[in-house]
Amino acid sequence: MWSFFHKLGSPPWLYGIAGSILRYLLPVTVIALVVGAVWGLLFTAPDFRQGNSYRIIYIHVPAAVVALAGYYVMAAAGAVSLIWRMKMADVAMKAAAPIGAALTFVALFTGSVWGKPTWGTWWVWDARITSMLVLLFLYLGVVALYEAFDNKEAASKACAVLSLVGMVNIPIIYKSVDWWYSLHQPASIKFTGESTIDSSMLYPLLLMITAFYCLFACAMLMNMRAELLEREAKTGWVRKLAAEGAH
Amino acid sequence: MSTPPGAAAFCLRLVRRQLLLAFRRPIDIANPLVFFAMVIALFPLGLGPAPDQLAAFAPGVLWIIALLSNLLTSDTVFRGDYDDGSLEQLLLAPQPLYLSGLAYICAHWLVTGLPLVLISPLFAVMLNLPAAGILALALSLLLGTAVLSLVGAIGAALTVGLRRGGMLISLLILPLYMPVLIFGSACVQAAVTGVPTGPYLAILGAMLSLAIALAPLAVAAGLRISIDA
Amino acid sequence: MTPPAPLLAARSLTLSRGGRELFRDLSLAIGPGDLVQLEGPNGVGKTSLLRILAGLSRYGYEGAVERSGALLYLGHKSAVKAQLTPRENLALHVGGEGSHGDAAIEGALAEVGLYGYEDVPSHTLSAGQQRRVNLARLYLCSSPLWLLDEPFTAIDRAGVGQLQSLFVQHVEGGGAVLLTSHQPLAVDYPVRALTLSQGSAA
Repeated sequence: MWSFFHKLGSPPWLYGIAGSILRYLLPVTVIALVVGAVWGLLFTAPDFRQGNSYRIIYIHVPAAVVALAGYYVMAAAGAVSLIWRMKMADVAMKAAAPIGAALTFVALFTGSVWGKPTWGTWWVWDARITSMLVLLFLYLGVVALYEAFDNKEAASKACAVLSLVGMVNIPIIYKSVDWWYSLHQPASIKFTGESTIDSSMLYPLLLMITAFYCLFACAMLMNMRAELLEREAKTGWVRKLAAEGAH
Repeated sequence: MSTPPGAAAFCLRLVRRQLLLAFRRPIDIANPLVFFAMVIALFPLGLGPAPDQLAAFAPGVLWIIALLSNLLTSDTVFRGDYDDGSLEQLLLAPQPLYLSGLAYICAHWLVTGLPLVLISPLFAVMLNLPAAGILALALSLLLGTAVLSLVGAIGAALTVGLRRGGMLISLLILPLYMPVLIFGSACVQAAVTGVPTGPYLAILGAMLSLAIALAPLAVAAGLRISIDA
Repeated sequence: MTPPAPLLAARSLTLSRGGRELFRDLSLAIGPGDLVQLEGPNGVGKTSLLRILAGLSRYGYEGAVERSGALLYLGHKSAVKAQLTPRENLALHVGGEGSHGDAAIEGALAEVGLYGYEDVPSHTLSAGQQRRVNLARLYLCSSPLWLLDEPFTAIDRAGVGQLQSLFVQHVEGGGAVLLTSHQPLAVDYPVRALTLSQGSAA
């Protein structure tokens, strides 16, 4: 157990293991994405009310789900970095932030595109969209704070504190925004509410969600490898790697 | 030569010190209030002077300005002490930093939040807020600005070591201010429409309790990181 | 007789900044009666070491530091509030020491040559005088361990002599002093020299 933790703290070991995980995870991710997308976009029946435009949920929902989960991954890495002072947790946290921000942006963008045919407008201050927007701000705050520090170690610790503060606040913000929306919901825009989803639409959606989780993991591992190389640029193992021209 | 004071006595000393510092520069207390008044004057210019329209926007507008004027001052909580080295001494003090940080926040609220609460009825009248909403505004600001000071101090602690923390701090803490804004302005809105305001104040009070319990932890951690950077 | 327990012990400290190693495996112990001068050229890590020993730096180094008993650390910055008078600065100090009576504060200010300046705003004092306000804490604080970063900066020659005899008095009374300074101490007491040089410690 302890030897595992010890290994986890070793940059070359982490670099290597991330590489071997990627070797298997990357093909799985690509296959899951392609299968899920083709299944969802071509082989499911159109929605009886929304027609084909609903199909954007195969991008929108997975992006939103994984973006939110990504914040918790980042905060968990931050907690590990603060409690056990594990430098590799810093690397994981720094790697997760921009990916989470990007996925949040994708979720917002697809939500907006979906809104045009559904509600007739690009942007609606709907509870979920507003919450996603706040999530984007939280991610951007972490990224901006990291970039503002010259000392990258202090930057990681500060971001760890900020992401934990954000984690405590996310449920409060979500609940507040939900409540706020229920108070102000304009009568002109009517939602279907918690509609049930047919299993023929659900399975491709679940596959896409899984694929997005894998995509997040792949992007995070790649980011971590790049960050490790940058941090350890002056050490022996990186020089050796560069000399070998290894991948 | 005497033994170090207990945490409570030390916190009292810190609050006295911060208040004394603030009263030596009274303009720093007045500035956020003047800012508040000026932004109030912008709204009729932007929205038009129709009294009923102003009244409709008043709950939200008053709360947003309160939030902004708090935001402007939150950067200063630890800035001066960081610049002159006092913060190093505070971190080395044997008393728990959790409580010392809380003392700083308390003093900050006393010189920024409390004056705002006291003067808010005047601004409410300027924006044609119906009389029924004035008490709710003051009470919600009383609880809400304390939460804002606590949350703002987290941002201040995390950015105090950075030369240009001012813009960054807004990016960090504005999203965290949103729940307070939602319930604060809803409280005033409720009072105007004749709905009981108790539940809203209770939720703001719950937020305040949570913030008192948790924010100083983040502030203490942030200060230790910033002093090291 | 067993040697007294150290007030400060550091084991195998290693610090690198920006990929450059400042010191490696530095160990030291400071006990009652030690007057230690930390020397070395600029940029060798004296202040960094002092901040690690004081507990202000918590990240970015390897090794362990143990302290027993209270500590008084005076850094580069004077920690003097310009808007407060010297008396208020000492009475409302954030360092967490006990509250001092008026007489004690006046005595300490007199010792550092600020008699008559107790109640003027500190921003009217010169840089050297402001540093003296900070140094007055040496007379007020009962901490046995002093970590002083360049205590003689902006202090005139007479003041430097007086400070040096205060250090001797402190260590003879069972305290310990670790200071950084580029000027040699002219004291009638054995001074331990700790020299940091590029990339190593001796």
